Amino acid sequence: MALTNLINLVYILSAVTFILGFKMISSPESAQRGNLISGLGMATAIIVTLMLPDIERFQFIFMGAAVGAAIGLFFAYRTPMTGMPQMVGLLNGFGGLASWFVALAEFESPRDQGLFGGSVLWLAAIIGAVTFSGSIIAWAKLDEKFISGKPIMYKGQQIVTLVVMLGMLACGIMFAKDTLDPNALYYFGGFSLFAFILGILLTIPIGGADMPVVICLLNSYSGMAACASGFVVGNTLLVVAGALVGASGIILTLIMCKAMNRSVANVFLGGFGAPVTGTAMEVSGEIKPIKPDEAYLVLEAAQSVVIVPGYGMAVSQAQHAVRELTEQLEKNGTEVRFAIHPVAGRMPGHMNVLLAEANISYDAMVEMDAINPTMETVDVCMIIGANDVVNPAARVDKMSPLYGMPIINADYAKTVIIMKRSMGKGFAGVENPLFFNNNSRMLFGDAKASLQALVSEFKGGN
Amino acid sequence: MDTTILITMIFILVLAIFLGVEIISKVPSLLHTPLMSGSNAISGVTVVGALIAAGAGAGENTTAILGGIAVGLAMVNVAGGYFVTDRMLNMFKKKDK
Repeated sequence: MALTNLINLVYILSAVTFILGFKMISSPESAQRGNLISGLGMATAIIVTLMLPDIERFQFIFMGAAVGAAIGLFFAYRTPMTGMPQMVGLLNGFGGLASWFVALAEFESPRDQGLFGGSVLWLAAIIGAVTFSGSIIAWAKLDEKFISGKPIMYKGQQIVTLVVMLGMLACGIMFAKDTLDPNALYYFGGFSLFAFILGILLTIPIGGADMPVVICLLNSYSGMAACASGFVVGNTLLVVAGALVGASGIILTLIMCKAMNRSVANVFLGGFGAPVTGTAMEVSGEIKPIKPDEAYLVLEAAQSVVIVPGYGMAVSQAQHAVRELTEQLEKNGTEVRFAIHPVAGRMPGHMNVLLAEANISYDAMVEMDAINPTMETVDVCMIIGANDVVNPAARVDKMSPLYGMPIINADYAKTVIIMKRSMGKGFAGVENPLFFNNNSRMLFGDAKASLQALVSEFKGGN
Repeated sequence: MDTTILITMIFILVLAIFLGVEIISKVPSLLHTPLMSGSNAISGVTVVGALIAAGAGAGENTTAILGGIAVGLAMVNVAGGYFVTDRMLNMFKKKDK
């Protein structure tokens, strides 16, 4: 058994590379190297596993690996940066489904699992199935192809969810009691079906704007599923790697919830994004539209500009036009910074990736807490496709559903230019008093077209 | 499973969770998207369990086929996760002003 011991030692090395990978991603200078090290650790783990004496034939391994790797590479190179939330959503789902298949394969291997073995099989299969169906719904909601991003609510929702959970538990108890029982396969199918339905039930009531939280939580589940399958096959590497991913997802979930001033329970039970009851603050003042040539004059005179990007920038693919405008402003001697709200976009860090894609230096991207104290000295704050994250009602209006959510204090800037397609509301469906402020100007139209118009004003003016 | 091994594994699990919380709290929001795609890749570690199932001998055809499917799914995560993370991190550059 010297070989098995040697392989286990190599697994320790792989676990270390995963930890290093996570550690090195804390700085943009070392992140890419960290990812490479972690990837090499994974490749090593796969290669040494193939040397295990338990592996008696290779045809299914090679078939599966070839198809899987091809699909993965296709996704990795063909997904546009705007589509990253969908891709991460889908990968969460595949991770969950892989764990479910490992559990089923282990169950099909005829040996007595015992009560503990049966319980971990159940756990790995249900976490896997919930992750899979939940991720598919999250993906469809993000893509808005098959179902709308709106929350789906119905009467007695929580009771239905509870019944499904109980069914899942009951089948699990029957299953774990005796996994060699001829009926055990039916129990396996039963709790898997209940778990699959549960994943759907937990995801459909959640609105589009809350998707960052759901994606993070499902990310965590996919790690927990890997961790549970580690207990199923008795492999410590799976337990460690799964725990790291699980912890990462949970931390991101909590950060997202904090940035929305809501509890995790509130996100999952609340169906936020549904029509809001209660009266919002009286909005006074009027909308003051501005044309690109006037906006150019304001920007041309500005010493410092802060750009607040939101999901609207991703939708109109405006990140490259943003860079062009930034270059023109910097040529003009203006300091340009980007204020990134933690929940801007559809997943954590989404805006940063889009701006990085457009070749914008990462040291110009500033977190909300760092930029807010400087907002009063900013000449122009430009808001591109963001809404709820700059809504001052969150600061003052106790009746607003956004109340208490930390926002970027765009209204403190001397002039605010808001790029917006029309006077529609944000995803939260809440009126934004910022648009009616005296120092606010609305630049209506497609964000990309407006930015390009500004760029050509600059080019014409010089 | 042997109780001693089980307890050791739970021990490792608990330590790994604390370690994970410690390191990941230090990741800036700038890099949260690559962090998530990178953790997608690492959760593809299920492939190790899947390989063992897929390599089961001739007497266990069902296990081997199910394992093969699991290998495929996990490899989507491994290949997709690592390469997309690399592609993304390649974009994060500091420009000379």
